[in-house]
Amino acid sequence: MTALSPAPHKMSARGVSVFYGDKQAVKDVSIDVDMDKVTAFIGPSGCGKSTFLRTFNRMNDTIASARVTGEITLDGADIYADDMDVVQLRARVGMVFQKPNPFPKSIFENVAYGPRIHGLAASKSDLEAIVERSLKRAGLWEEVKDRLSDSGTALSGGQQQRLCIARAIAVDPEVILMDEPASALDPIATAKIEELIHELRGRYAIVIVTHNMQQAARVSQRTAFFHLGQLVEYGETDNLFTAPREERTKDYITGRYG
Amino acid sequence: MILGLGLIGWLTARARAARFDRGGRKRLHSLPAQHGWYVGMWTILPPLLFLAIWSAVSPSLVRQTVLQSPAAAGLSDFAFERDSVLAQARAIAEDPFAGDGDPLAQQLAPVVGATRTRYAWIGSAAAILLAFAGGAFAISRIRPDFRARSKVERTLMMGLLVASLIAIFTTLGIFVSLFWESTRFFEQVPITQFLFGTHWSPQVIDAKNPGASLGAVPLFWGTFFIGAVIAMLVAIPFGLMSAVYLTQYASATTRRWMKPTLEMLAGVPTVVYGYFAALTVAPAVRKLAVLLGDPFASSESALAAGLVMGVMIIPFVSSMADDSLAAVPTAMRDGSLAMGATTSETISRVLVPAALPGVVAGVLLAVSRAIGETMIVVMAASGAATITLNPLQSATTVTKQIVDLLTGEAEFDSPKTLAAFALGLTLFIITLLLNIVALRVVKKYREAYD
Ligand SMILES: Nc1ncnc2c1ncn2[C@@H]1O[C@H](COP(=O)(O)OP(=O)(O)O)[C@@H](O)[C@H]1O
Ligand SMILES: [Mg+2]
Repeated sequence: MTALSPAPHKMSARGVSVFYGDKQAVKDVSIDVDMDKVTAFIGPSGCGKSTFLRTFNRMNDTIASARVTGEITLDGADIYADDMDVVQLRARVGMVFQKPNPFPKSIFENVAYGPRIHGLAASKSDLEAIVERSLKRAGLWEEVKDRLSDSGTALSGGQQQRLCIARAIAVDPEVILMDEPASALDPIATAKIEELIHELRGRYAIVIVTHNMQQAARVSQRTAFFHLGQLVEYGETDNLFTAPREERTKDYITGRYG
Repeated sequence: MILGLGLIGWLTARARAARFDRGGRKRLHSLPAQHGWYVGMWTILPPLLFLAIWSAVSPSLVRQTVLQSPAAAGLSDFAFERDSVLAQARAIAEDPFAGDGDPLAQQLAPVVGATRTRYAWIGSAAAILLAFAGGAFAISRIRPDFRARSKVERTLMMGLLVASLIAIFTTLGIFVSLFWESTRFFEQVPITQFLFGTHWSPQVIDAKNPGASLGAVPLFWGTFFIGAVIAMLVAIPFGLMSAVYLTQYASATTRRWMKPTLEMLAGVPTVVYGYFAALTVAPAVRKLAVLLGDPFASSESALAAGLVMGVMIIPFVSSMADDSLAAVPTAMRDGSLAMGATTSETISRVLVPAALPGVVAGVLLAVSRAIGETMIVVMAASGAATITLNPLQSATTVTKQIVDLLTGEAEFDSPKTLAAFALGLTLFIITLLLNIVALRVVKKYREAYD
């Protein structure tokens, strides 16, 4: 994370701050996201993890009061530049939310949603192939292949979340942002999601927000610890958990607060 | 006078309760005021109930007494004649200068007056007695540990229950009376003829076969055409679009003034819409028809009425659609936007489908409102019962015909008048069904997001 240019990283944030009105939620954060790594954001609730994550696909644009400064690049191109097409950006940088949010449509239509709006499938069989491949990658295919026309909202919570992951990967993104994807799930469903993250690593650059430090330790190679909107410490997951450089990090991972 | 008595009873009770309360304030289970209310209720309610019953039965008691009095000896045996004399006597008793007629009535009047006063006194005395008895009973029950509070709550609850039942019973009553009059109609006209007959001309009714000109299909068609087709063609797109704009695009400030303004449309008296339809829209539609090559176009058209009705209905559709769009979780919207969908794609592919049940329910309610609407059609549509697909032609509706039938000069049990009740009943049933379906849809939809 030393070189500012030319970035070999998939995505880089440089001096990013986010304001909600006058209130600064993220303060001058710089971070890199790489293709073969899972990056975890940890930190106490309200420290700005979600807010920062949402700058990577410009979801903060949907909040009227939010303002982002600094620079974020995807393959070296500034995603906040005027000529950046948000629609294209979000097709390349997918997102999975904290609470599973499948559309009130069939399982098939949920996964087909992205390919349809981006015109990725030339034919119906094309579309079916994409849906099948995405569901397989999300580890959901075996469970739902006989009931693709059932409503996506009728699935269990864990299945819904994997459906949302399938929906995100159906448009073949390069980066997947996950905001506490397992926090609303039971331990078994959580384990499945973690397993899935392992399998997806390498194919996609993955950024995961979690408040669960064991989870961060299990799934990520890099961890960033946030506190009160600041990036306190950022490094290899193993190092950060075994030998934190900062006092605050140590306090946090030993459970002194948060 | 009765009210005054009630007030006096109430005041006495309050005074007594207050006196008692002051004595035993410390260890009362319920607050002194609650004891006061308890006593007050016992003082007021029984006499009021009694007076209500008394005022219902006392006229017949008065009548009996008067009939037995010696002054009534000269009364005719014919019930009809006797009643008319009695009625006159009553009038004179109330207002001594009213009478000029029957000498017998003049003679009876003082008797009637005296008897009435006597019964009134008896009633009032009994009421006062009851008030005292009730009050005394209630006071006697007051102990420090007496749960006056829960009793008062119970009574209040009963009162509220009765109040809410009144609306229900009124509806039921309306339904029963409609049903009753309708059965009388269907005794004279076969129901199939009424429901499936296609000829409607109540002005010329063949006494031997009244059903032949009382076929309601043209009315049903006109109602459907104006209220459910033309009006909805206006209301659905505009209502939906305004809801989408208000929930998805409008800034908070815009929404703050725009939503109430739109909802104010619903508060405009329908007569005003009627003027608008008859004086502004109808002539414009006529001009359009003339332009389209019909020089004899009537100024009363289905289109004019339907258009204005549609405008009137917009707030209904819009506010239901608004509510159901707002009920779609933001997570749904974010999910779609995060997939790279544009706002309009998100609206049309996710939000509106997700909100559809609510929107449909809103439309159903709007339809039921539209087909029951009267003023606009009375003012802007004609009475000509035609079955037509041409919106420029005139059409008539069930409500309009009910008005025509009931304002005509006909006896109250002619098929023509009774037809109005049958129409009313049909309309009632249809709107009721629409409402039930709509409410069920809404309920299911609510459950889906809870
Ligand atoms: N839409 C918003 N408008 C205003 N303030 C917000 C909004 N979302 C989050 N915040 C504030 O920004 C700070 C960071 O929030 P968030 O990014 O959700 O934290 P985390 O995900 O780490 O729990 C919090 O103080 C929160 O109250
Ligand atoms: Mg968060």
